[in-house]
Amino acid sequence: MYTQALDSQGREPVAAPAAEAAASAAFQARIDAEEKVEPKDWMPQAYRQTLIRQISQHAHSEIVGMLPEGNWITRAPTLRRKAVLIAKVQDEGGHGMYLYSAAETLGISRAQMVEQLLSGAAKYSSIFNYPTLTWADVGAIGWLVDGAAIMNQIPICRCSYGPYARAMVRICKEESFHQRQGFEIMLTLAQGSEAQRVMAQDALNRWWWPSIMMFGPPDADSKHTTQSMRWKIKRFSNDELRQKFIDITVPQAQFLELTIPDPQLRWDEAAQHFRIGPIDWSEFQAVLQGNGPCNRERLEARRAAHRAGEWVREAAAAHAAKQPRREGNQT
Amino acid sequence: MSDAGAARPATDWPLFEVFIRSRSGLEHKHVGSLHAADARMAIEHARDVYTRRQEGVSIWVMRSADIIASDPAEADSLFEPARDKVYRHPTFYAIPDEVKNL
Repeated sequence: MYTQALDSQGREPVAAPAAEAAASAAFQARIDAEEKVEPKDWMPQAYRQTLIRQISQHAHSEIVGMLPEGNWITRAPTLRRKAVLIAKVQDEGGHGMYLYSAAETLGISRAQMVEQLLSGAAKYSSIFNYPTLTWADVGAIGWLVDGAAIMNQIPICRCSYGPYARAMVRICKEESFHQRQGFEIMLTLAQGSEAQRVMAQDALNRWWWPSIMMFGPPDADSKHTTQSMRWKIKRFSNDELRQKFIDITVPQAQFLELTIPDPQLRWDEAAQHFRIGPIDWSEFQAVLQGNGPCNRERLEARRAAHRAGEWVREAAAAHAAKQPRREGNQT
Repeated sequence: MSDAGAARPATDWPLFEVFIRSRSGLEHKHVGSLHAADARMAIEHARDVYTRRQEGVSIWVMRSADIIASDPAEADSLFEPARDKVYRHPTFYAIPDEVKNL
């Protein structure tokens, strides 16, 4: 689920050397003809690196994204809500697995990617560095964060790199329930007691702007957009997707009779779009650079899980090593 | 490198390719891959990763290293023999309209 203009993070791709120019031109011609690129096909090094960075960051986001919602599994208000939340969090884990597999087809190992995440070298969607303070946050995440992620991900189903596109088709198919269950939680709270209504409004207040920022920096500041669009890794710009999200989400908030925390929000009749006030990008940058409310906690939780699983991995490897010997004895 | 690096195994578990039969009567179809210590774990992981919504009635797994694949760079020459044999398709043959059931 959870992309956030992932191509906007990390180093510039290196320019292709002159010797590769002809091959690069042929490659671009294939892309222009909407042909899919498969793992063993020739591809420019910069295309490969861009995809490794984007897909691995996307995978890390799925895995870290399990933490804020997992926080509420034991405290879900009903057995139904608990079963749904477990299924959703398990889906996120599965989505991480699909994406790691897709990235591995480009020549990076799973162990390398895990190491990059745990060492703090790799980025993941900064939205997961915000805390889930109340049950309404679980609703707001499903509705807004998954909503923004779906908006980002649907165009990636047509990405030029086959394995990434196929993983994305699967993910989008599974994801449609995530957003609906989130909206259902918000609806229940919004129609509930005064305290529940206040809780829903508070969650919207805290998640609205971070969700808007999930689409990444404005187009003018998005350094990789042009190249990613030429390679058909990306199909729409950050601002285009952000506007789409705003246009579909504002009426949903109105249905809930909740207030979007933006005094400058207005309907632009001429353009047929909702217009938002200025975005505080300094907050986005701070969270991206590791100074969000939960950056350290999230990484520590991943490291602790990895350490705690160490003996299981060792035992499984030892068991696997014994199997051929046993089978040998039986015959 | 962080403290997390110290205890990590140097290599991944082997990679397996996963094939799922979605219902009886249909073929097994490639759905993706995963890492597992052994074949049995690969089946169990495949169930959790690829059949959370009743996508299958049967799972095959095989080590990715055991797959022998054609080389995309040689695709032209490999598939060339079929290129000039349009007479293998029924539409190659002109049959008068009056002739039925052919």
